[in-house]
Amino acid sequence: MSKFSKKKKGDLPAVNTASLPDIVFMLLFFFMVATVMRDNELKVKNELPVANQVEKLDKKDRVMYIYAGKPNIGYQVKFGTEARIQLNDKFADVSDIPAFIYAERESKREELRNSLTTALKVDKETNMGIVSDIKKELRKVNALKINYTTRIGDISMNQ
Amino acid sequence: MAKRSSPEVNAGSMADIAFLLLIFFLVTTTIETDSGITRLLPPIEENEEDVIIKQKNIFTVLLNNKDQLLVEDELMKIEELKKAAIEFLDNGGGGRNTNWLVLDQSSGEWVDSGKSGCDYCSGKSDPKSSDNPDKAIISLKNERETTYATYISVQNEIMAAYTHLRNQRSLKLYGISYEEMKSNWYDVNSPDYKSKSLKKKIDRVKKEYPQKFSEVE
Repeated sequence: MSKFSKKKKGDLPAVNTASLPDIVFMLLFFFMVATVMRDNELKVKNELPVANQVEKLDKKDRVMYIYAGKPNIGYQVKFGTEARIQLNDKFADVSDIPAFIYAERESKREELRNSLTTALKVDKETNMGIVSDIKKELRKVNALKINYTTRIGDISMNQ
Repeated sequence: MAKRSSPEVNAGSMADIAFLLLIFFLVTTTIETDSGITRLLPPIEENEEDVIIKQKNIFTVLLNNKDQLLVEDELMKIEELKKAAIEFLDNGGGGRNTNWLVLDQSSGEWVDSGKSGCDYCSGKSDPKSSDNPDKAIISLKNERETTYATYISVQNEIMAAYTHLRNQRSLKLYGISYEEMKSNWYDVNSPDYKSKSLKKKIDRVKKEYPQKFSEVE
């Protein structure tokens, strides 16, 4: 007789998922904005040390990158486990650095050529020998502004 | 004619599509670090002249192959380095009554006065330590077997010593820290963005505590 029929007991209402796409899109946009596509594939281990006296690097078109560290596992058969230098996406020797710097300079816009920075992305377990060699080569070709790329944090994390 | 309503588009698969994109970006993302310690290498000079520097004006930092730190011939922990460097730089052994910097009235710039005192230093004025921040040189030597991480820690601590002194001086002079001035300099929204007056302030503090930090090859 009742006009309003009672709901069945124990029937849970379905959770409304209408806002799910919104949430996912928000995440998606975050990652799209935060993503920096890598120029070159890393072939060396590259766990950066930590420092807090850091300055932000210049824009990407004013920076040349030099990587150094132990070769990744896949390359260890061919290149050994000693720390190596990586320029662009190839393993290189210390003596290849001047040619690399000249080529990089050539590829940049002319008005930027005098204000280029070399970013050294060196694995934290590397010995200083290889870094000193890199620095010596950079001095030879007058690429004097360097940046030891680090993560930001307290130096006690370096131990 | 009967009113025909257009059928609603089913948006049920929207979430799936978005998820697919999201997972793609999640997997391909590597957030690249783009900050670090910036340093200027010394140019190669062909005929190097020997400059005579008094021993008391040099602060030698040595990093050996076992990552041990030797400061002025004494073993030291990295945590203590900053304090030691500050004491050395801010010593002011040349006396407090004279100042090595003097304001040139005609150009309005700070120039070397030829004296060795330092009237703004707040150190102990130990005659065995540095005369003034301009003469004080920190020399860092490392061996080939030193680990890069330790080297960066030491670099960081020495830079921190300079920053500390500059901040302190800047707070005293202008009531704002050196780091804040620097961030204002680069901040587009700040009223002092690349302004001349700010540049003058930054340059003065920089000149009073210059980074004389050399690395031995």
